Amino acid sequence: MKYPLISSRLAARLTILPFVVIALTIFVGCVLWSVQLSFTSSKLLPNSDFVGLDQYIRLFNTTRWIVSLKNMVVFGVLFTSGSLVLGFLLAVFIDQKVRAESFFRTVFLYPHALSFVVTGLAWQWFLNPALGLQEMVRVAGWESFTFDWLVNRDFAIYTVVFAAIWQASGLVMALMLAGLRGVDPEIWKATKIDGVPTWRVYLHVIVPILGPVIFTSVILLSLSVVKGYDIVVAMTGGGPGIATEVPAKFVLDHLLQRANIGLAMAGATVMLLTVIAALAPWLYLKHVKKGANG
Amino acid sequence: MTMTQSSSTSSLNKPKKIISKERIAIYLFLIICSLFFLLPLYIVLVTSLKTMPEIRMGNIMSWPETWNTDAWVKAWSTACTGLQCEGVSVGFWNSIKILIPSLFVSIMSGAICGYVLSYWRFKGAELFFGIILFGAFIPYQALIYPMIKIFATFGLYGTLPGIILVHTIFGLPIMTLIFRNYYSTLPSEIFKAARVDGAGFFGVFFHVLLPMSTPILIVAVILQVTGIWNDFLLGLIFGGRENMPMTVQLNNIVNSARGAKEYNVNMAATFLTALVPLLVYFFSGRWFVRGIAAGAVKG
Repeated sequence: MKYPLISSRLAARLTILPFVVIALTIFVGCVLWSVQLSFTSSKLLPNSDFVGLDQYIRLFNTTRWIVSLKNMVVFGVLFTSGSLVLGFLLAVFIDQKVRAESFFRTVFLYPHALSFVVTGLAWQWFLNPALGLQEMVRVAGWESFTFDWLVNRDFAIYTVVFAAIWQASGLVMALMLAGLRGVDPEIWKATKIDGVPTWRVYLHVIVPILGPVIFTSVILLSLSVVKGYDIVVAMTGGGPGIATEVPAKFVLDHLLQRANIGLAMAGATVMLLTVIAALAPWLYLKHVKKGANG
Repeated sequence: MTMTQSSSTSSLNKPKKIISKERIAIYLFLIICSLFFLLPLYIVLVTSLKTMPEIRMGNIMSWPETWNTDAWVKAWSTACTGLQCEGVSVGFWNSIKILIPSLFVSIMSGAICGYVLSYWRFKGAELFFGIILFGAFIPYQALIYPMIKIFATFGLYGTLPGIILVHTIFGLPIMTLIFRNYYSTLPSEIFKAARVDGAGFFGVFFHVLLPMSTPILIVAVILQVTGIWNDFLLGLIFGGRENMPMTVQLNNIVNSARGAKEYNVNMAATFLTALVPLLVYFFSGRWFVRGIAAGAVKG
């Protein structure tokens, strides 16, 4: 009885070993290596010539990076709040015992199954001024109608936000709907007896109850903000000019096309710090919760 | 049963027979939103069925005069990416070549890690799990350059085994998490009984746990099929010229500056690329939502 136990335990350790090696190499080693490279003067090839914070100083003096950061903030705020509000409304309206509930759920969620490339290309086609929405309205008779946001420096980023909200709000809806279904029916009975209007119940009672779901949604959405790359490449290619550049694209372009490893890794490190900052409240809450539970 | 579970505004009153203004507003909102969500799909589809002269007339929403499938044939077999004119079919088969082994390897890896973490605790297991979870949040940009270097050292960069390994690595966090969570909900007596009967490490896994894992395997397959098929960045960087996935090829076809733009071909190619995850979505139904819920746990 004793012998097979030991050999099984050995088998377990030998099996998990490659995964431990992978986790340490990739998720720890590669991150540290990237950060280390951001402190060197590496250009086409990596070197170990330590230059302190030079790359970071250059990074924040690069217009394209500043535009990228600004876009990430604009995109992050509008996309996160837009997806949350639309997703919440969709969930609330679906939760009114409507007929064809599964039809509506299916329609609202299907964009989530698509690639960001597909989403970007579909919206690019619809919003292109030459043959898309603008031309359709003009052909229909309103000849001075103008909607050229996709190719307009000042507004192009909002079209990307719009497409991204289209893709992500179904996810928020699915999460919120599950949350709404978990609300204690007694709460509804109680507010009904007190004659509280439905919208006030949602705003003042249900939203606080859904707190954790909202929190999860915000984390998921903000992670996709930092990672946002595919949709920009497909929809605008970062243009017109550099109007829709984002940090994820900045880093990859400098890494793969411009052969500026040090600068790219400085950008990647800033991205990593942004993610950690976004996760910090979640980690904090989890820690506090754990502590409270003993 | 469902009455008590779902929250309702009329749970005390008896439902009224007459359709109220409120109900009309609810349906109106949902229908308008449905149209908004269906719009891009509709436009992609009708554009792909039109001829170029019809597209140039400028009514993007109009129904095609006749259903013309030439653009589909062209998108599949002869559309050009730069100098090569082989259509998205090459990308389709590349994506299949990447998907099938990646699916198998990444799910088995996640299942084994989840199994070990649930039943075979080892020193540093908590730390290992923590690192894996952290891995889910690291932006790819902070990993890619060192990974390219490591993969190049082992001759894996730009190869099929290379891209399979990349998908396995980036699938590891979520796969490990869902399998660990699933196995930890199973009664531990099952494991103990199998051990008493003399089953070893692999015996318990393959003969006892894996046959019980069907629900979580379905969720894992849905998550990974859509995730790997829709990947753009990893395929672009690690796949190499020979293994360019369909998403990369689609983007090259549509956004290549060469020649006159054929929007019907572009949209047919877009629709073809969207088809696999869409089919998975429509046929998996509620399982897809389960997958989302499982994925959301990591948040």
